[in-house]
Amino acid sequence: MARVLIENITKSYGETEVLHGINTDIQEGEFIVIVGPSGCGKSTLLRMIAGLEEISSGTISIDDRVVNNLEPKDRDIAMVFQNYALYPHMTVFKNMAYGLQLRKFSRKDIKKRVDQAAKLLQLEELLDRKPRQLSGGQRQRVAMGRCIVREPKVFLFDEPLSNLDAKLRVQMRLELRKLHRRLKVTSIYVTHDQVEAMTLGDRLVVINAGYAEQIGTPLDLYEKPATLFVAGFLGSPAMNFIKAQISADGKQARLSDSVQIPLHTGSADCGGKEVTLGIRPEHFSLTEQGHSTLPLTVDHAEFHGADTIIYGRLPGNDELLTARLPHIHHISQDKVLHLTAAPEHIHLFDPASGKRI
Amino acid sequence: MIENRPLATWFSHAILILGVAVVAFPIWITFVGASHDAIRMTQVPLPLLPGDQFFINLKAAFVDGVGNAKEQSVGIMMFNSLIMAMMIAVGKIIISLLSAFAIVYFRFPLRMVFFWMIFVTLMLPVEVRILPTFEVVANLGMLNNYWGLTVPLIASATATFMFRQVFLTVPDELLEAARIDGAGPMRFFKDILLPVSRTNIAALFVILFIYGWNQYLWPLLITTDKSMYTIVMGIKQMLEAAEEAPEWHLIMMTTLLAMIPPVLVVIGMQKLFIKGLTETEK
Repeated sequence: MARVLIENITKSYGETEVLHGINTDIQEGEFIVIVGPSGCGKSTLLRMIAGLEEISSGTISIDDRVVNNLEPKDRDIAMVFQNYALYPHMTVFKNMAYGLQLRKFSRKDIKKRVDQAAKLLQLEELLDRKPRQLSGGQRQRVAMGRCIVREPKVFLFDEPLSNLDAKLRVQMRLELRKLHRRLKVTSIYVTHDQVEAMTLGDRLVVINAGYAEQIGTPLDLYEKPATLFVAGFLGSPAMNFIKAQISADGKQARLSDSVQIPLHTGSADCGGKEVTLGIRPEHFSLTEQGHSTLPLTVDHAEFHGADTIIYGRLPGNDELLTARLPHIHHISQDKVLHLTAAPEHIHLFDPASGKRI
Repeated sequence: MIENRPLATWFSHAILILGVAVVAFPIWITFVGASHDAIRMTQVPLPLLPGDQFFINLKAAFVDGVGNAKEQSVGIMMFNSLIMAMMIAVGKIIISLLSAFAIVYFRFPLRMVFFWMIFVTLMLPVEVRILPTFEVVANLGMLNNYWGLTVPLIASATATFMFRQVFLTVPDELLEAARIDGAGPMRFFKDILLPVSRTNIAALFVILFIYGWNQYLWPLLITTDKSMYTIVMGIKQMLEAAEEAPEWHLIMMTTLLAMIPPVLVVIGMQKLFIKGLTETEK
């Protein structure tokens, strides 16, 4: 268990800077997820914590010890790789024991620790097998076991579930969560999958193009996204963005000549401004036609069972909006639905900077 | 083929048998020649069926020696060849493994220069540099011993290049996992890289053993002492019987014997050899 402090970390390859000053304070025993689209620098950040990439500037400390210039083996970390990186010629037992052997553990201790980890991960039957005789989920567990036996201060996960099929991924996600609750080891987890991020993380670091866009609990990020990027990245289906102008008194947003919707009273200081409204599909609800409703012309609908995702257009706007409505089973094209969203669920963003207003 | 067509089966077997016959005929003649006495081998036509002298010839060749090389038995020559082939194969593999390891896994100045310097030596066969090499070996006092026979042939661009390609296919994550597990460079080399490239090493060993076994020109230059003769050059010496006719029956026997070790190596390592050439999964 350890506290990991990341201060002003940057990474450059030659002239190109790919990470621009990341700051995070990871508490003891916390499960933190670094999430972002591919190529945003999230894996690079993790590899810098692991010591596999050099740090261009800034410091990383684990338990108040600056680790910038330490070899990976001296940082007291363990890492699960995306393709597991099991040693193909060693049995499961040897794969898990290798790190302990190199650290000069006695044979008895090694056996004890590996057996313990194998029991925890239900790998007891498989200890004599080679990695190629294992299924994806089993390999994943061996990779986890290799980390657990070392009892490191920090676990690092580099998209560990992305090679598994959908069902197994959900199952492993749950197991990871349970494991963390039991071991309480500080964990840093990188993924591009926002569902994984939301379900696993105590806190999330959303990275986009080398900048940390927002750091916070999943609920914070969902309810109060700090930027357009975070708003659009988290949540599925993605949030709707609609251009609008705020009325002078700040109480109304004018979407077009005919459509106006009421806003939360807290947005008074942006009167008269052009803004981008963000409304999550699940925050729309059906209502009777009225002054402040959104008339959505249905383009098509996807029936998901419990609810239906409806795609449609507002008058004078060619972009498709998404609404997630319960209890609608049949809907014909070009029908007009009247939607409303509670003012507290309408987010305002500055279209130029992308920042939340 | 899945369908059953008797004519096609018959025809393809005929072609196969013909091919085997063409390849195996010289070996059969060698075997037949090794089983007759000296007189029968000088008469025309040459025999096509085996005679009854096989074991007598075997003893004569293997223990007593043949023709010009009379003082040296075939047994000793085979032993020399074996040592030479083993030293060349093992030496080449060790040197190439280490140089490929350095080139792939270490970042040092002029890394690619070194790689290409090794690579261009591929363009130069041993024969081209044979005089300077001889000069060097002679000055080092390595004439007429195993070191002189093998050391100049050990440096190998082909094997270095091959191991470089093998190492490039080993996923980086293995190295990273080993680093996190606490393995230093040589630990990684020994514990991970060598076992992972095991089949490639075996495949290369087969090729290099045969290469070493079949060396002719270099041993001919470097050995003047008959106790250092190798089998391949020995066979050539036997043919140069100045006044008398070559002892064909014994020469054929020697040739047969000379084929045995490479054949054994190929048979023994066949499984690994094929895996090494075809296996891609790391």
